[in-house]
Amino acid sequence: MKVHVTINGVNYEKDVEPRTLLAYFLREDCGLTGTHVGCDTSSCGCCVVVMDGTRAVKSCTMFAAQADGHEILTVEGLAEGGTLHALQQGFWDQHGLQCGYCTPGMLLTSYALLKHQPNPSEADIREALSGNLCRCTGYQNIVKAVQQAAGVLGQPVGTHT
Amino acid sequence: MSIQAKPLHSVGVHMKRKEDPRFIQGKGHYIDDLSFPGMLYLSLVRSTYPHAEITNIDISEAMKVPGVKAVITGKDLEAAGLGWLPTFHGFDKQMVLAIGKVLFQYQEVAAVFAETRAAAVDGAEAVQVDYAPLPVVADPFASKTDKTLLRPDRESKTNHIFHWEVGDKEGTARAMASSPKRIKQRLWFQRCHPAPLEPCGCVAYFDTMGRLQFHVTSQAPHVYRTALSLVTGIPEDKIHVMSSDLGGGFGNKVPVYPGYVCAIVGALKLGRPVKWIETRTENLTSTGFARDYHMDVEIGATADGNVTALHVATTADHGAFDAAADPSKYPAGIFGIVTGSYSFPVAHAEVDAYFTNKAPGGIAYRCSFRVTEASYAIERGMDILADELGMDAVELRKKNFIRKDQFPYPSALGFTYDSGDYHKTLDVALEKIGYTALLKEQADKRARGELMGIGLSTFTEVVGAGPSKHFDILGIKMFDSAEIRIHPTGAGIVRTGTKSQGQGHETTWAQIVAEELGLDPQTIMVEEGDTDTAPYGLGTYASRSTPVAGAAITMAARRIREKARKIAAHLLEVGEGDVEWTDYKFQVKGVPAKTVTMKEVAFAAYTNMAQNEPGLEATYYYDPPNMTYPNGAYVAVVDIDRETGETKVRRFVAVDDCGVVINPMIVEGQIHGGLTEGFAMAFIQEIQYDAQGNNLNTNFTDYLVPTSLETPHWETGNTVTPSPHHPMGAKGVGESPNVGSPAAFVNAVIDALSPLGVRHIDMPLTRDKVWRAIRDAEAKKKA
Repeated sequence: MKVHVTINGVNYEKDVEPRTLLAYFLREDCGLTGTHVGCDTSSCGCCVVVMDGTRAVKSCTMFAAQADGHEILTVEGLAEGGTLHALQQGFWDQHGLQCGYCTPGMLLTSYALLKHQPNPSEADIREALSGNLCRCTGYQNIVKAVQQAAGVLGQPVGTHT
Repeated sequence: MSIQAKPLHSVGVHMKRKEDPRFIQGKGHYIDDLSFPGMLYLSLVRSTYPHAEITNIDISEAMKVPGVKAVITGKDLEAAGLGWLPTFHGFDKQMVLAIGKVLFQYQEVAAVFAETRAAAVDGAEAVQVDYAPLPVVADPFASKTDKTLLRPDRESKTNHIFHWEVGDKEGTARAMASSPKRIKQRLWFQRCHPAPLEPCGCVAYFDTMGRLQFHVTSQAPHVYRTALSLVTGIPEDKIHVMSSDLGGGFGNKVPVYPGYVCAIVGALKLGRPVKWIETRTENLTSTGFARDYHMDVEIGATADGNVTALHVATTADHGAFDAAADPSKYPAGIFGIVTGSYSFPVAHAEVDAYFTNKAPGGIAYRCSFRVTEASYAIERGMDILADELGMDAVELRKKNFIRKDQFPYPSALGFTYDSGDYHKTLDVALEKIGYTALLKEQADKRARGELMGIGLSTFTEVVGAGPSKHFDILGIKMFDSAEIRIHPTGAGIVRTGTKSQGQGHETTWAQIVAEELGLDPQTIMVEEGDTDTAPYGLGTYASRSTPVAGAAITMAARRIREKARKIAAHLLEVGEGDVEWTDYKFQVKGVPAKTVTMKEVAFAAYTNMAQNEPGLEATYYYDPPNMTYPNGAYVAVVDIDRETGETKVRRFVAVDDCGVVINPMIVEGQIHGGLTEGFAMAFIQEIQYDAQGNNLNTNFTDYLVPTSLETPHWETGNTVTPSPHHPMGAKGVGESPNVGSPAAFVNAVIDALSPLGVRHIDMPLTRDKVWRAIRDAEAKKKA
């Protein structure tokens, strides 16, 4: 079947098997391998992407067909014009990653969180990230990374890039 | 560690990671990101039974599935001489695909190759396997009776795999018998799984020259190359192993798994690239598990608390094949570290391993080969002894610590501990947590019937395998290596035989080279994981990278410095003996104004080297003279809800001494992660089997990984006691928190429950188990 999805601002029109999951559509049909798969049960969150600007979804739990006509943001679309997104910068500055496998999902879940809650508390961040597993960091530096990004994004427009 | 002010100082500096820009932009290269034209997918048919004869395998329906190209079985592999795979220590072999019978649930039975991932899975589901169930041995104690013989293929007709022991058996028994105080407790370190977020996988193909190109999730690429050559008969020069970005490993990516062999066979048979990526369920049910040690710990002491003897007898469950990836001479790993941080005059440790109908493994999960089990045994044992003596757990530990002036310390079980200051490390931790105030708070709470516990773990690890006289895998000595090339502009590349899985080698190795050569770490590239380019090494596990490869890098850099000194002498127009390396540059002795930088020397090495050999590169193979002995003092504070059994880890302080720290940011990150994995084992993780041999924890909804919500906040600190034999004084750290923390959590919970008379609960300390312990203890009191 045919699906039309806008991913990171680019239109993709592809023929897919109806049972194709969005995660594999992104990875294998669109070549966007930054979205990862780490489990079979929607538990790990490595595959989280943002749909329609504000909604974090586990792309292993959606069919590509369900994304038809929607906008998807993946990790590849976070940086703009060669400048890292404040979340990416935060993860780098605060040592919020080690093996990097969970990182794209963490970034996109945090992105959606900050869209809803620009100034989250540590408890808010931990709650929002509770569907994203990390085996390396113990989450502490991930929380700091999100806090750093919230601080940067919370400044008036023009004071940050 | 403070950041030094010297402009070129690179070691001890909190430097952001060089590898991160690709990871935060989704540009990592993990195994499933690779794709090649014409690539086929492999899916494995797995056994539904834990123990059964295979009476028939019918592949006809599978071959009809659109896209399926081939199905192979154990018989096909056996005919090709590839039916069995040697396990890493060389004492056993493992079926690649089941031949005749299956020995554990989820064992690999047939391999299906297809055009797409989905077709391969459909094909695997269509393979019809008929089984005749056999009696199941799901428990190592039942295995001891040999009522059901699991491995008739072996010469020795018993389920008993080995008996290993170390120490003075008679002396320990005598000392124990004459000790006024004795404790004995069985402790089970339950079966766990490393569960890296990226499962295992590979892509295999033969190139136009007939050379095997093998991309694989391997923590030890060179060992894979040699092992594959030995198994398949393909000459080693015709095998190219590449391990790119790994989404975690934790020991799970050390062994060679059946899926890898099947992918290679498929690529050979079908002449196309073959990709195999395991599912999470396959990862948890068939690839290397860890622990599963039942340990009877016995400690003797004087009435005033001086330890007199230690005896530990262990029954180990190794599963269906003895695939514990231990060094050849250490079937029970480095379990001999079980005397821990204490001055035991005599000790004896023994391990008996048994086959069961469970997945094979016993791998070193974030642990230097059974050190986690050993550390847990002694640290729990010391708390039980303190309880028996009515002594404070801190006082007992301090009384028996190996003193600073006793290093190098020969342990009763044959190790020579390199360095440490255990009293100081513990004092730093106690100060940080406010121990005295906590004791007072606890006394007040106990008076009110509230359950608050304080748990200690003052562990000593043994890492950095290892000296060639003791350590080898498949006969290959456990040295490691580094090759450094400095380019004309002063930039460079370092390659090692290790393989980062998130530990940050691309940053740490650059810092070491930069420190030794006075260069910019940002222009030192690090490359690992490619057997065509990296010098031979044994890989990354057992916290060996910094102790062994880190030392190799240091020594290679010093070789470069010696060569550079000759060129510097030429540039400075003095004799080589008149040149000294000071403050990160070459200087004419006594003439601070006459200097030349390494960058200038590098350029001259290619443009103006005079009579010297051109170029600036060196290789070093480092054979460590001893292991290193990182240690730490951890304190956990817990509150337990008496009504529900729910445990809240209120505080956790970890003070580590891993010797000289190269990058404090990375070290702290490693500690956070290791503590979280220790927390998981202590409270929520277990691979359980029922009495029929069914695996009950086959995915992340049953095998729990702590989330951000329940993971405690970690407080860290450190002391620095350099290793005297490591060229930088470093000891390694990645595993310390995982090794040291489980005992601290359990000691805290048992301390909280001790007023009720609870002496021990085996991990994981789930709410349910703790609630039952409280209920039973209260019922007993009433009775």
